[in-house]
Amino acid sequence: MGSTNSTLSRIPNVEELMQETGFTPAHIVRLYDRFEALDKEKTGHLRPQDFGAINRLAMNPIGDRIIGSFFSTGQETVDFHSFVRILAHFRPADKNRPKDPSMPQPVNSRTSKLKFAFQLYDQDKDGKISRAELLQVLRSMLEMQVTEEQLESIADRTIQEADLDKDDAISFEEFRKSLEKVNIDHKMSIRFLR
Amino acid sequence: MSVRVALHSPRGSRSFLERGLLLLVMLIFLEGTVLTLGAASSPDISAQDNTGGGDDQRGIEGRHGHANYTKKAFPVLSLDYRHIHVPFEISLWVLLASLMKLGFHLIPRLSSIVPESCLLIVVGLLVGGLIKLAGEEVPPVLDSNLFFLCLLPPIILDAGYFLPIRPFMENIGTILMFAVVGTLWNAFFVGGLLYAVCQIEGTYLSQVELLPCLLFGSIISAVDPVAVLAVFEEIHINELLHILVFGESLLNDAVTVVLYHLFEEYSDAGEVTPMDVVLGVICFLIVSLGGIAVGTIYGILAAFTSRFTSHTRVIEPLFVFVYSYMAYLSAEMFHLSGIMALIACGAVMRPYVEANISHKSHTTVKYFLKMWSSVSETLIFIFLGVATVAGPHAWNWTFVSVTVILCLVSRVIGVVGLTFIINKFRIVKLTTKDQFIVAYGGLRGAIAFSLGYLLDKDLFPMRTMFLTAIITEIFFTVFVQGMTIKPLVDLLAVKKKQEAKRSINEEIHTQFLDHLLTGIEDICGHYGHHHWKDKLNRFNKKYIKKCLIAGERYKEPQLIAFYHKMEFKQAIELVESGGGVKLPSAMPSQVSMQNIQPKKLPPAVAERALPQFTKGREEEIRKILRSNLQKTRQRLRSYNRHTLVADPFEDGWNDFILKKQRMIELEKKMSNYLTVPAAPPDSPTMCRARLASDPNAFYNIKASSDGVPTIQVDLASPQSPDSVNMLNEFSKRGATDQGLGQREGADRDEDQGLMMKPSSAGIEEKGEEGGGNKNPGLMRCLSDPGPSNEDEEDEPFLP
Repeated sequence: MGSTNSTLSRIPNVEELMQETGFTPAHIVRLYDRFEALDKEKTGHLRPQDFGAINRLAMNPIGDRIIGSFFSTGQETVDFHSFVRILAHFRPADKNRPKDPSMPQPVNSRTSKLKFAFQLYDQDKDGKISRAELLQVLRSMLEMQVTEEQLESIADRTIQEADLDKDDAISFEEFRKSLEKVNIDHKMSIRFLR
Repeated sequence: MSVRVALHSPRGSRSFLERGLLLLVMLIFLEGTVLTLGAASSPDISAQDNTGGGDDQRGIEGRHGHANYTKKAFPVLSLDYRHIHVPFEISLWVLLASLMKLGFHLIPRLSSIVPESCLLIVVGLLVGGLIKLAGEEVPPVLDSNLFFLCLLPPIILDAGYFLPIRPFMENIGTILMFAVVGTLWNAFFVGGLLYAVCQIEGTYLSQVELLPCLLFGSIISAVDPVAVLAVFEEIHINELLHILVFGESLLNDAVTVVLYHLFEEYSDAGEVTPMDVVLGVICFLIVSLGGIAVGTIYGILAAFTSRFTSHTRVIEPLFVFVYSYMAYLSAEMFHLSGIMALIACGAVMRPYVEANISHKSHTTVKYFLKMWSSVSETLIFIFLGVATVAGPHAWNWTFVSVTVILCLVSRVIGVVGLTFIINKFRIVKLTTKDQFIVAYGGLRGAIAFSLGYLLDKDLFPMRTMFLTAIITEIFFTVFVQGMTIKPLVDLLAVKKKQEAKRSINEEIHTQFLDHLLTGIEDICGHYGHHHWKDKLNRFNKKYIKKCLIAGERYKEPQLIAFYHKMEFKQAIELVESGGGVKLPSAMPSQVSMQNIQPKKLPPAVAERALPQFTKGREEEIRKILRSNLQKTRQRLRSYNRHTLVADPFEDGWNDFILKKQRMIELEKKMSNYLTVPAAPPDSPTMCRARLASDPNAFYNIKASSDGVPTIQVDLASPQSPDSVNMLNEFSKRGATDQGLGQREGADRDEDQGLMMKPSSAGIEEKGEEGGGNKNPGLMRCLSDPGPSNEDEEDEPFLP
């Protein structure tokens, strides 16, 4: 416990961080340890190369997208706060949260999780998943030599199925609707056990 | 003449059916009589023999010994039933069982109301009654040795070999809870309350001790896999429930074995000390884990052996069966759980053996397993009927009725209670409906009867009463619960298999999310539940597969997985396109591919194609393919269609294609959600897709370009007059409303053309089959214990 506190004290604005993300001090410390392990050169920031060093991530078909999601546009490094904020999306949702529409959604609510995932698809950030973007994702996931025609057919089919306003792209609402039967909390949560 | 005419008329067809039934019934009676005759004549003949009536065999001595020996005429034709009566009777029983199975399917109305198991028991009752009427002693057909050593293993092996690993593992906690805790609860509840009831005066049962009661409870509380399989197969329950009840029925064997032996041992002593209980727990662990260990060892042995069978393909299936059976016997030898050994053996050996053995061997294994398990199951139910007629019965209203009621009550309470606890840990909760089905589907079967039969008559004077009660309980569950479960399921509208659809969006996005989560977990350095699976898979791939899979084939399962994925996508794409790929008969076309191909191909291509049939190129092509696969991580844009598509032109590839057919049958499940509107008929993508599968178009590319990733189809090419026609056909067909059902009568051209590119075309076809045959195919899949039902994709060990 002493080490926890001392680690905590090294992190600036840790209270605010915990408030914002809902992580417990134990979580924060654990993430900080991980952050430091990744940050081999001890610069206090992570660069894409540091992420790239994670072997298993390199084998992930959407690995570079995930890495890219940590870096907001224009930035080349990510500090601990941003690191934690992104990871906060994957905290299991609080079951007992009162549903108050006036309050902004906490970062690990179902909507926020979906929004995060949506942003991974939507690289140009226009609020829609265009056919080209979908194709890119499909191409990367179906890494085993599916022909272009097949990919395109699949993409067409996907859009056709989800696209309700017929604009040939999937908006966030349509995305959310197509996943309404999926238990997102289960699919997008890491049970941080200490 | 008129008879023949009558036969051909449509009305005559129905009478033909009736004739068939009549014939069947007559055959049955015939068999019944022969069986009784067999039972009757064998003692006679053997009696004759014993009196020393010299026949030819003993002739010589007898001849000399007799004073007045008269020379008999040489017997040209003689009847010697005694000589063959044992195998003959066995064969008759098997034949009877098979004919019964045939017969039931000829009467569709009956089989939809009454589950097959009930009908079979009735038949058994009839046959037993016949035998008894003939005045003969009914053979002890459900003798424990016969049952446990011959009848049960095929069924369990079939179940274990085709066990769907993924749902099983995902729900293993729940299954274990039900199997272990549930069975224990049942046993003690039923046994204890029975004892209490027996102690009540007025029931004349006070001589029944506690321990025999508990023993009885443990025998009767075990859910029986045979009965469950038989009934559940017909009600098409969703996969989760099926695997829950079925898994429970398999795994509770260990508990049953331990309890049975424990109580049997100590019923003599009269009491069980806490020490015994501890020993019992330890015994349970040993029994179950030991059984699994034995099974795993034999499974690995089998997998290893199959690695070397490439030169003797003919005996490959034998290894599967023999190793599994030996696993079972070895486990039984040590009083470990034979069922668990068998399951473990089958499940462990399957992925490796399937990668090693030829396709034909695989088919053989599959069909033999299905055949044996089917016959076994039928026989078991018939024998149950016969044994009911045969066995000495001691009917005691109180005991029997209390048993039946208690079993039901304890099952319900057990399931509800356990679910309450389990739901706290499950992601996907079990609803009330699910609980009802799990509780109601806990059928008892022949295992309980055989265990009861095994009881020592002297130690357990109330054995006959037990047996009667067991039989009554079995009858009750199989008849009442078995018959009513289907309407109840419909009534409750339990989520059925067909409705577990996922849209394409869901499929894609959930896969995306899986990748995302794995990636995030990697970043966090945290072991989520995805991680272990990945780790195990990788370990499996790196080490185990290298040992157990012959040669360089250990990479091929990836290919299968890839094809599966691709087909899945194809299946979606296909139906929706309303496009032209017709229903397959992929098999005959491919077999005849070699015949058709040279004829129809443009001569230039034919020359190129033919040499590729030699086996020599096979290795070369495989190498190219493998290297391509390894490049996948680099976001392979330079995907070379040629290398992949060049493959179909060689012999050995047919095996793969045929193997894929199995997987396609999986797609039949997908077909259920393909209620999508047909694509606009002339969408250029679709046309391109169709044309891409046009062999002539393909040959264009081969001739002209070199490795261009996107295929530019030249409609006006002189080499491919057919392609234009095909395009028209496709547009025409695409314009039909119901793209799903209407794909008949495409020409053979297209067919063989599509075979040229089995990687996508063949798959398209098969996917199409899934789509077109939606309902009949699916019903066939699900009701028929045939291959498609249990087929699992060749995914990595833990997908």
